[in-house]
Amino acid sequence: MKPHSRFVLSVLAFGYAFLYIPLVFVIVYSFNDSRIATIWGGFSTRWYGELFRNDQVLDAALLSLRIAFTSATIATILGTMAGLVLARFGRFKGRTLFSGMITSPMVMPEVITGLSLLLLFVTLQQLTGWPGQRGFSTITIAHTTFSMAYVAVIVQSRLMSMDESLEEAAMDLGGRPVRVVFDITLPLIAPAMVAGWLLAFTLSLDDLVIASFVSGPGSSTLPMYIFSKVKLGVSPDINALATLLIAAVSLGVLIAWIAMRRMRT
Amino acid sequence: MNSFIRIRGISKHFGDFVAVDNVDLDIAKGELFSILGGSGCGKTTLLRMLAGFEIPTSGTIEIDGVDVTHQAPYDRPVNMMFQSYAVFPHMSAAKNIAYGLQKERLAKKEIERRVDEMLQLVQLGDFRNRKPDQLSGGQRQRVALARALIKRPKVLLLDEPLAALDKKLRERTQFELMNIQDELGVTFVVVTHDQEEAMTLSTRIAVMEKGRFLQIGTPLEIYEYPSSKFVADFIGTINIFEGTVRRIDDDSMVIDCEEAGATLTALGKHDVVVGQKVSIAVRPEKIFVGKNEPDNDDDTKVSGVVHDLGYLGNLSIYRIQLANGKVVLVSSQNRRRSATRFLEWEDQVWISWRPRSAVVLLD
Repeated sequence: MKPHSRFVLSVLAFGYAFLYIPLVFVIVYSFNDSRIATIWGGFSTRWYGELFRNDQVLDAALLSLRIAFTSATIATILGTMAGLVLARFGRFKGRTLFSGMITSPMVMPEVITGLSLLLLFVTLQQLTGWPGQRGFSTITIAHTTFSMAYVAVIVQSRLMSMDESLEEAAMDLGGRPVRVVFDITLPLIAPAMVAGWLLAFTLSLDDLVIASFVSGPGSSTLPMYIFSKVKLGVSPDINALATLLIAAVSLGVLIAWIAMRRMRT
Repeated sequence: MNSFIRIRGISKHFGDFVAVDNVDLDIAKGELFSILGGSGCGKTTLLRMLAGFEIPTSGTIEIDGVDVTHQAPYDRPVNMMFQSYAVFPHMSAAKNIAYGLQKERLAKKEIERRVDEMLQLVQLGDFRNRKPDQLSGGQRQRVALARALIKRPKVLLLDEPLAALDKKLRERTQFELMNIQDELGVTFVVVTHDQEEAMTLSTRIAVMEKGRFLQIGTPLEIYEYPSSKFVADFIGTINIFEGTVRRIDDDSMVIDCEEAGATLTALGKHDVVVGQKVSIAVRPEKIFVGKNEPDNDDDTKVSGVVHDLGYLGNLSIYRIQLANGKVVLVSSQNRRRSATRFLEWEDQVWISWRPRSAVVLLD
């Protein structure tokens, strides 16, 4: 088959259209002046203004950002350590089990993850009194558990493609093991860590299902707020909010992609 | 011998696999010593034990009188040039070279001075600020060499130093390495699978196979007086004839060789009895080939036909088939300039060699 045959191109166009036309509609209608979301009433940015006067939205957005930032940071630290162990500590006992358990949150249905974490938090509360209230901390922990897996995989694959004798050479030249990690290993996997952090950040910002399970009253993340609003009908300010989210996520993915590209060279 | 590196009874087991099997070795100060062997013979494991990356299962390693067997790599007076060079990709050439001295916490001025000196030595002065991905393979190799030498190690270990370079560059680098070694007087231990590299570089060679040393000697000893069929075959090419001892004289013996269809004479005293099976080995360049029967009766002579020939410019290689099918490899220098070949396919020829050229191998 020719690589640029008409058939291939049209399948490609159809596929991309299927994925992106809904997003285009959301973006276009976020600039719609009309109160009725599905009728075009001229260009306007009034919904963005309204959005920023809506305290509920701002609270939810701030909570989401705080959770995303915290969980991405913890996930990057833990995931990097897991990746280091998997790639550099040879074949220790239980390695296969360990690597399987690290990556399993990636394939586990979110409903299961959310439910099991909820059960964990409820049991913990009964036993220890913590967490007194589910909200920021429980959602952060939940997000860390699954986004850590992504960081670990990215860091591990970076380390796998890296010459192991680099670290040996540094030790040979007088670097003690801990120094070598900071002198050689970390600078070389930094792009992978940046990519992992951004991915974790985006995943946390997007998550609706797991957050719904482990959040408590009064702590709604942005996706939860949007979802609850949409149940009452699509209002135009949600389009504006969604557009901002699309922009934020695209930016994150773009930076992650650039970081990963740099790491290959 | 005054041994600078003293290895005694070193073994390394990985599970059931014995990588290095109870090896003894003495290397003198200032030697350029090569460990030569095929892949999986244990030579790299031995080198890594010298560097401190592997802890021996048993045995001891002493360097300059100090037992370093259990010293960590960063405490040893030993540096290594890795096969992949392992040049740090995020540091410039000068930073790579300075790394080892920074770990010694030397004064900045001193580090700069010594880095400049090293850059001079390996002729990289103009490339000091280049990152490794802006350097050629040969330049990266010299960064790796400078980086290891700047610590003024007692021993420099080189893992397949020339394997990643192309042929022309190899030859040049080979001599550069020898010059640098000469200049600094550092003891070099080279691990290689390339016999040519080992032959030209080294003062002495250890041939290694299955975790043991088969022979240790100068390149000349190893080439001219191999102690076993494996060594004879591994170093260069050689023709091996199997035979039985028929008669033992004072300083020579006569061997019946059915393969060659002749009786062969070999010089020297050997620990053999009449009727014992032995092998006679002759290097291709020690065999003469000609159209007429040579008239020297002392020489071993056999007739055959030219089965195959190759013209290499400086040399011609002939494969001569003897009457009973055995093929003998002969190489001869093309001393005369000529537009026609001296021998052609299917030519009837005589091959001959002096008895002293033949090596008797007992295993």
